[in-house]
Amino acid sequence: MPKTIPENSVGIVTPQCLHFDEPLLLRSGKTINSYDLMIETYGTLNEAKSNAVLICHALSGDHHAAGFHSEDESKPGWWDNCIGPGKPIDTNKFFVVCLNNLGGCAGSTGPTSINPETGTYYGPDFPVVTVRDWVNSQVRLMDRLGIPQWAAVIGGSLGGMQVMRWSISYPERLRNAIMIAVAPKLSAQNIAFNEVARQSITADPFFHNGRYLEHGTYPKKGVMLARMVGHITYLSDSAMRDKFGKASEAIANEPIAGNFGRDLRTGKLSFGLNVDFQVESYLHYQGERFSEHFDANTYLLMTKALDYFDPTVDYEGNLSAAFAKSSCRFLLMSFSSDWRFPPERSREIVDALLEAGKQVSYLEIEADQGHDAFLLPVPRYLEAFGTYLNRVSDEVNA
Amino acid sequence: MRPDLDIIQNWIAPGSRVLDLGCGDGSLLEFLKTNKGVSETGLEINEANIAACLAKGVNVIEQDMNKSLQNFKDKSFDTVLLTQTLQAVSYPDVIIDEMLRIGKNCIVTFPNFGNWRSRLYLFTKGRMPVSNFMPYEWYNTPNIHFCTVRDFDVLCKEKNIKVITRTVVDHLHQGSWTIKAWPNFLGETAIYHISR
Repeated sequence: MPKTIPENSVGIVTPQCLHFDEPLLLRSGKTINSYDLMIETYGTLNEAKSNAVLICHALSGDHHAAGFHSEDESKPGWWDNCIGPGKPIDTNKFFVVCLNNLGGCAGSTGPTSINPETGTYYGPDFPVVTVRDWVNSQVRLMDRLGIPQWAAVIGGSLGGMQVMRWSISYPERLRNAIMIAVAPKLSAQNIAFNEVARQSITADPFFHNGRYLEHGTYPKKGVMLARMVGHITYLSDSAMRDKFGKASEAIANEPIAGNFGRDLRTGKLSFGLNVDFQVESYLHYQGERFSEHFDANTYLLMTKALDYFDPTVDYEGNLSAAFAKSSCRFLLMSFSSDWRFPPERSREIVDALLEAGKQVSYLEIEADQGHDAFLLPVPRYLEAFGTYLNRVSDEVNA
Repeated sequence: MRPDLDIIQNWIAPGSRVLDLGCGDGSLLEFLKTNKGVSETGLEINEANIAACLAKGVNVIEQDMNKSLQNFKDKSFDTVLLTQTLQAVSYPDVIIDEMLRIGKNCIVTFPNFGNWRSRLYLFTKGRMPVSNFMPYEWYNTPNIHFCTVRDFDVLCKEKNIKVITRTVVDHLHQGSWTIKAWPNFLGETAIYHISR
């Protein structure tokens, strides 16, 4: 079905695959000898090469952040709400670079790639990569593209953690660090949810210790479950009520007073183990769709990268000491209903930056959508985001 | 630029760290950043003001000072400012204590309720003063803790706060000899430079 592409879209975009031959030493001590990075870029690099921004993706993201790969693609890239002409990350002003991180499953070297040493899929042998490893690979990408300094490095959630690592490890190579819905490191509760997700994958009989590709199988049920539990943590209670509690007539024939955000799927209770409520079928659908394109081993790696992230590890647990050398300006934004990385977690970072004497702005956006809000068109969020970046553009395009 | 802000800037050391509590649209901090090279941080809760700060490139933190300022470390700023906001905070004495903890020195400005106009208004009309300067009715005013120059002097004494400089000006923000002689009667805006 051909459709018209909106005017404020970057339009049809084509990913590129860049190959890197210089071995990358990982935090684990292992090395990846050579690798591919899949990237997309939008906008034009100015002559001074000063208007480039890097977008870091979160757990399930990839290089396709905006626009469409073809006219038949039903949905645009994952951050299309924020990237495009006239949007907060304005492609008329910035040269936007987005990549699929190492270990991903959208074209960059990862578990589904062929390991040149064995001639078969990496699978579970793909080394555990950390946020620091990703940032090191992103520096190489930057050098390859001939960009001396990012006007801004931007990311939400796990993407924000990469931004934080940039500001600590490569202070002179970015002017602005924009972190959205982020946390300085995971809480025990965050890790607990990740572990449930991992267990559901590894317990799937089709997982085969991660060698499912060689077995010609896929742990679909496990990935679905992992995504379902993850998805619950991305939404808020009120967001779920809004989504699944509107059609009160749906239960008019049932002897239940009020639906309280629990729309029935068919208008009747089954009194069995069938899917009774809309939220159940929604989660099934989300899990199902996700399992169709996301690799199980990548999911395991991404959740581990989240669990391991700790910018204070070289600074005796002192976050403000970690930022001592940072020289960029910081913008943090959090969302009131985000219970995965709630505003308090962002404030920990803000306070550490203030203690370190850094330039920081912080906004706490009132939003019902939970953690997912960072991907959604929340008016105040988009406006503040755009205002800040406008200022950045004035500085770098001057 | 409000003229009282012009007086304030003389008390700010070039290149110092400045925290402005209730920084509004960031005009003062922008001025201090441009002219004094300060490293600035503003605290604000009004969304439009926060957006204005971002547009100016002024660092702004969305935080309600009435809830807590405990996240700011002792003596982490050179100067802490509170301009025309003291009368609108929940606990002025607590805010002043917190300012003196966070800053090496502090600047506080507030409308002087002891000004002759207020006194005359209350005396003749028997109603809470409403003027161009304080345009609210008593029931909708954000200004919940009015005080006079003398009240503030007493607070400083009780709390052992050192008054480095006290300037009181009229609505043209001029400090004539008459205002110096009768600050609590003639002055409309009080500007205090204080420390512990």
